[in-house]
Amino acid sequence: MPDPRETRVLLEHAEDPALRTIAGYKGYGGYATLERSYREMEQDEVLKELEDSGLRGRGGAGFSMGKKASFLPRGEMAKYLCCNADESEPGAFKDRELMQRNPHQLIEGIAIAALAADAGHAFIFIRGEYDAQADILDAAVAEAYEAGYLGTNILSTHRDLELVVHRGAGAYICGEETALLDALEGKRGNPRLKPPFPAVQGLYGGPTLINNVETLSNVPRIVANGAEWFRGFGTEQSPGTKVVSISGGVRRPGNYEVELGIPTRELIYGLAGGPREGREIKAFFPGGSSSPVLTAAEGLDLPYSFEAMAEAGSMLGSGSIIVADDRVSIPHLALRTARFYHHESCGKCTPCREGTNWTVKMLERMVHGEATPMDLDIVSSVQENIIGHCLCVLGDSMAMPVGAMVRKFRDEFEQVMAAAGPPLDDETRLAAVQGPAETLGASI
Amino acid sequence: MSENGNPNLPVDRALTEGRVPDRTSAGVPELHEVDCPAELRERIEQLMSRYPDRRSASIPALWAVQERYGWCTPEGIRQAAAVMRVTPGYLESVASFYDLLHTEAVGSHRIEVCTNISCWMRGGDELLDAFRAAAEGDEDFYVTGFECLGACDIAPMASIDQRYYGPLEAAEAGIAIAQLKADAEVLPAKDQARRPLAGDTPNPGGGAGA
Ligand SMILES: Cc1cc2nc3c(=O)[nH]c(=O)nc-3n(C[C@H](O)[C@H](O)[C@H](O)COP(=O)(O)O)c2cc1C
Ligand code: SF4
Ligand code: FES
Repeated sequence: MPDPRETRVLLEHAEDPALRTIAGYKGYGGYATLERSYREMEQDEVLKELEDSGLRGRGGAGFSMGKKASFLPRGEMAKYLCCNADESEPGAFKDRELMQRNPHQLIEGIAIAALAADAGHAFIFIRGEYDAQADILDAAVAEAYEAGYLGTNILSTHRDLELVVHRGAGAYICGEETALLDALEGKRGNPRLKPPFPAVQGLYGGPTLINNVETLSNVPRIVANGAEWFRGFGTEQSPGTKVVSISGGVRRPGNYEVELGIPTRELIYGLAGGPREGREIKAFFPGGSSSPVLTAAEGLDLPYSFEAMAEAGSMLGSGSIIVADDRVSIPHLALRTARFYHHESCGKCTPCREGTNWTVKMLERMVHGEATPMDLDIVSSVQENIIGHCLCVLGDSMAMPVGAMVRKFRDEFEQVMAAAGPPLDDETRLAAVQGPAETLGASI
Repeated sequence: MSENGNPNLPVDRALTEGRVPDRTSAGVPELHEVDCPAELRERIEQLMSRYPDRRSASIPALWAVQERYGWCTPEGIRQAAAVMRVTPGYLESVASFYDLLHTEAVGSHRIEVCTNISCWMRGGDELLDAFRAAAEGDEDFYVTGFECLGACDIAPMASIDQRYYGPLEAAEAGIAIAQLKADAEVLPAKDQARRPLAGDTPNPGGGAGA
């Protein structure tokens, strides 16, 4: 039995392995909404339900899903739908669980969303590391074709939808929606300049709706039960439930589905069991590694909603909480975070390519005892100069959390700089400054 | 001018020349020049047929090459290029962008140990060291640190031949390597696919680092 503090909608029946098969899914009422919407509903009716529900994107930006779908121009041109299953932001692992346990819910959601977007071709772009989940999706898509829910002339309604599971090959940046499009077109995954936005000019130059796995998984229930039902969960500005990934320094890491707006403390202490024996929570990322960290005092008593996190100067993002307990050194955490973005920067624009590079070098200098006190201010100013100056948000995604760590834990940075070992010889110093390109495994 | 001719839209730089594969046939190897195995050719042709534009199959085609040859060999890339009618250089540039596509020879067993935030907090670096030590000197094994694999719930974790295991104790690295060598099932109790939902177990996070 799930904990009563959970509200399982997307994860309902997820403990049943049969849910993965089309028979199991249909046994719980699955595909009834696809049948009804394909047979009885017009594009505008589906769109209206989605817009009225207030469903906000679950991939990071929190934009209204229905509104985005309504931005697609009408007309005869080929339109596309892409499901973003790249899930590569540190701390996020909810889409993995949703695809693994309930692939048909996602397929049904994609098919119904394709009605709203009038798309004839859909893709699930799944990160290459999720090989097991991609196998599960492949099998489920084959079952859905077999049952006539995908393909040409679906349920004899003269509506068509092709769905392809497209595996990536390991690059965080492909989660950024325009990089995803380039990757799907068979190129290196570099972000594109926006505008034009994908809704107007996306895949193969055609109008394209891009949504996250969890966003699309919400669609069948919303269309089945109506917008009002959906608004019965969560808050005014953050309706619905959310699958929250909780990891790091807690006793019970995992995915928990809750109504948006529940106290953050309930998530971290109630569901995830709080810090481990003898430890205390120092800070946490409320929305994946790209969100500015909140100290325990700032964050634990906030409602877990888009608006409350934004008001606190952070963000709900993908809904992934990473907890740092009192044994975690914040400067080292900042370095770990910066290294990730440095490694994943596609290198297309200078503030991000150079900014992530220099941030890593300066943080390495700090923890290796090579920094001068001035460096702390330089690190801060580098972050400020990255924010808002990059082609995509990857640069900001490092600058925001690293900037917040320096701001909120300045004393820890000063301590680590003062406490760092004896002066290094020239060779080591040079290595520390130049740094090996791939420093991932190096202990810090 | 944007490609679809609407003057009101800003030029989409992603669609300008230089970023798209060469559309001329110069530099595209002919099939008879490359000796592509029939299964590989059929596989790539089938992959191309799934997309409105055949070039979309470049990553899947490179996966197929890697599956066939163990890594993206220059020969394999030429074969895929001939089937796809693109230049080998183009596919090379795609392959080199992605962490899971190898443009140099690697061991047949691939172990990616996550050293990102949540795994690092729970012993990911030590786990990577343990895997490196256990696989030392054996060319069949490719061990690397990796960014977040999307399984922080089972931190510290590793992907072994594209399947997830965790939470792992450092001592389990040696066990896993021995199991791989013996062709035995790898760490069945730590297989991510078998885990219940966190909320359905009394102590889902139990194990390493708890
Ligand atoms: C660097 C970067 C990585 C991203 N990675 C993902 C991802 O893995 N999955 C995802 O759904 N959205 C990701 N996004 C957000 C997408 O660009 C896009 O906003 C989202 O897929 C839209 O879907 P939604 O409206 O349903 O949230 C990323 C954004 C950036 C800038
Ligand atoms: S911000 Fe970084 S990842 Fe994004 S386009 Fe610029 S260099 Fe590439
Ligand atoms: S940090 Fe290791 S899987 Fe996410």
